[in-house]
Amino acid sequence: MAVKLLLDKAHIPNIRYYDVYRREGGYTSLEKALTSMTPESILEEVKKSGLRGRGGAGFPTGLKWSFIAKPEGVPRHLVCNADESEPGTFKDRYLMEFLPHLLIEGLVISSFVLGSNATYIYIRGEYAWIPDILEQAISEAKANGWLGKNILGTGFDCEIYVQRGAGAYICGEETALIESLEGKRGNPRIKPPFPAIKGVWDRPTVVNNVETLAAVVPIIRIGGEEYARIGVGRSSGTKLMSACGNINKPGVYEIDMTISVEEFIYSDEFCGGIANGKRLKACIPGGSSVPILPANLLLKTAKGETRYMNYESLSDGGFATGSMMGSGGFIVLDEDQCIVKHTFTLARFYRHESCGQCSPCREGTGWMEKILKNIDTGKGKMSDIDLLWDIQSKIEGNTICPLGDAAAWPVAAAIRHFRDEFEWHVKNPTTCLTKNYGIAHYADEIHVPVIA
Amino acid sequence: MSEQQFFKVIIDNVSIDVPAGTTILEAARKIGGDVAPPAMCFYSKLKGSGGKCRTCLVEVSKGSEKDPRPMPKLVASCRTTVMDGMEVKNITSSKVTDARAGVVEFLLLNHPLDCPICDQAGECHLQDLSYEHGKAGTRYEFQRRTFKKHNLGPYIQLHMTRCILCYRCVYTADQLTNSRSHGVLDRGDHAEIATFIENNLENDFIGNVIDVCPVGALTDKTFRFKNRVWFLKPLDAHRDCPKCTGKVTLWNRGDEVFRVTARKDEWGEVEDWICNECRFDKKKTSDWVIEGPRNISRHSVISQGHYVNTITSQETFEAVNEGRQPKLLFDIHSKSDVNKTGVSLSLIDGPAVSTDFTS
Repeated sequence: MAVKLLLDKAHIPNIRYYDVYRREGGYTSLEKALTSMTPESILEEVKKSGLRGRGGAGFPTGLKWSFIAKPEGVPRHLVCNADESEPGTFKDRYLMEFLPHLLIEGLVISSFVLGSNATYIYIRGEYAWIPDILEQAISEAKANGWLGKNILGTGFDCEIYVQRGAGAYICGEETALIESLEGKRGNPRIKPPFPAIKGVWDRPTVVNNVETLAAVVPIIRIGGEEYARIGVGRSSGTKLMSACGNINKPGVYEIDMTISVEEFIYSDEFCGGIANGKRLKACIPGGSSVPILPANLLLKTAKGETRYMNYESLSDGGFATGSMMGSGGFIVLDEDQCIVKHTFTLARFYRHESCGQCSPCREGTGWMEKILKNIDTGKGKMSDIDLLWDIQSKIEGNTICPLGDAAAWPVAAAIRHFRDEFEWHVKNPTTCLTKNYGIAHYADEIHVPVIA
Repeated sequence: MSEQQFFKVIIDNVSIDVPAGTTILEAARKIGGDVAPPAMCFYSKLKGSGGKCRTCLVEVSKGSEKDPRPMPKLVASCRTTVMDGMEVKNITSSKVTDARAGVVEFLLLNHPLDCPICDQAGECHLQDLSYEHGKAGTRYEFQRRTFKKHNLGPYIQLHMTRCILCYRCVYTADQLTNSRSHGVLDRGDHAEIATFIENNLENDFIGNVIDVCPVGALTDKTFRFKNRVWFLKPLDAHRDCPKCTGKVTLWNRGDEVFRVTARKDEWGEVEDWICNECRFDKKKTSDWVIEGPRNISRHSVISQGHYVNTITSQETFEAVNEGRQPKLLFDIHSKSDVNKTGVSLSLIDGPAVSTDFTS
């Protein structure tokens, strides 16, 4: 049985409410942090734990917190990024819906470290029912003295506010989130200055993912060093994976980053294998914007080694033969799925969600979508494939925020690994409307040259 | 105050010392010429502008003296400040020219290319950019996007299809007027400049959005379809205006004032903002004190026909004809239907049509 730190109590009925959460040992980390530790020593624990941002980029959290500027007389803020809009990712929803107090406990500890007296949860508008859950939890915590003025007699004040977004994917980007939180149009800001220097209302701000902030609670409970012992190398602790697609058991799973991808897909403890007895064709291991991998490169790296579910192993081989851990949105595609249609769906999503601020992303995403639609509906040309490749390379790296990259990567990876499927679509314009290219050679063993 | 710190930067192998806090683009403009990256959205007089169009991308091959690592990605030169010892490659980097050609292609993707009927043609930054950095053909095979038309009132004409969403007009309204009534609605490739709900732009200084617009998306309704800018002669002029400095450029044909704009510097940026009254209502030469012809870079199409520093050949008719003047056979205006002396093109209401001359 794998180690569980976040979801270990999730099965307990009514854990959503304060009384049950408290009875099960909730808020002890907060008590420990505020009464026996200083902000510096907590920061030290978080640094020792090796916790990395769970929102997608995987930036070390302790390091991020230590960057926050501390000018005299300027308030600082912590913002919890609950704008979980990445297709395939739904782990934060699960956390907030079933364990809201875990998030609040983590938020208060983190606010204490950063010196934030007003902390915000920016939640995506589509999670319409969750703000109520969070607000109820906040009022429960406040009534029991874990929030508000002079928490536990330490003199530390903290208020948590829930702010709802209005349904834009781009507002999950931290600077766009800040703009939106300020009540403006959610356009990403140009960095530098980074939010750690000038964030919400030009005040030093830290923006962290829900899971990252919740993970602070077990770190305080068991200590940073103990937390770092779970997992492997720089991928420490546990990670929530939201598994979906053609698998027997879709859902949110907590993994300790030591299991292999094969085990994660086929083990009954996790995804339970591919649904309907089909075979695995491809998988996006970390949410829609990370590169898609064919079955053979997913289970084994290009060198023939087993691929594990952690930051390093999933990105082994770079973008040429690897992918990314991303936000943990594990999307599995079986042999009946069409990669062209799938890529078109993603391109349509990114076209719709581009903020329109900078030209490569605004114009390029729409262009890619139109070309992919043509190929998908049998109107494509062979030159379109190279054109797509050229467009994505012109977008990637030339935009203000990572949405341009996120739109370019899935297209690039699909062409890189599934070029023959695209060519088949072009060559068989009528067949491709009714039939599928199938699994072809995508699950074949990779030939690894023996190096003497 | 401590002494102003100066940083040494090398842009395209040209070295220059600039004060700390200067952006790469401003440093490059100090060197001038081809070293200065093009800018479609950056406007030095508008705070917060820039970073959006991505045409000014440059490669930083050396971060600074202290940290000589190159920057991993191309950076927007208009929003990146210089560091001491920074080395920047603009036109000397193939990565930059390649990326810039890509950006130009993206900008032109949905741009209608209706230059022959666009009032901005001849002074359009996107035209210049495409000539200098773009490719001849397009690979786009789809319908260009169109928008529902919005009316912005009697002075400003909006052509949303031409807009490249540089946000300059938004910043102008924010920073020159006390209430902004237009903005960017919607997002992505269907984002548009509009008022919400249908509204006229009426502020005294809102006319300046016409001058800051790099393309023909916002044009002067009082000048609409009246003339091509390169047929007009720009003159510096001023008047005593209670609202603004009154320093303008008149665009004349003969004695007729066709339009009034603010004076623009060599980067196409306004020198002094002017008010709506000067811009739209003072269309008589007698309203203005004319200072003299405005110097326009002779590379601009506006300079065509305005020969500066050229030697005109000597008129020899009188000398060979024993002092007699050439004889006019008839006055062309009495025979021709067009160019009637009684018609002042700039004063007629709306665009000029053939009946204006014949009736």
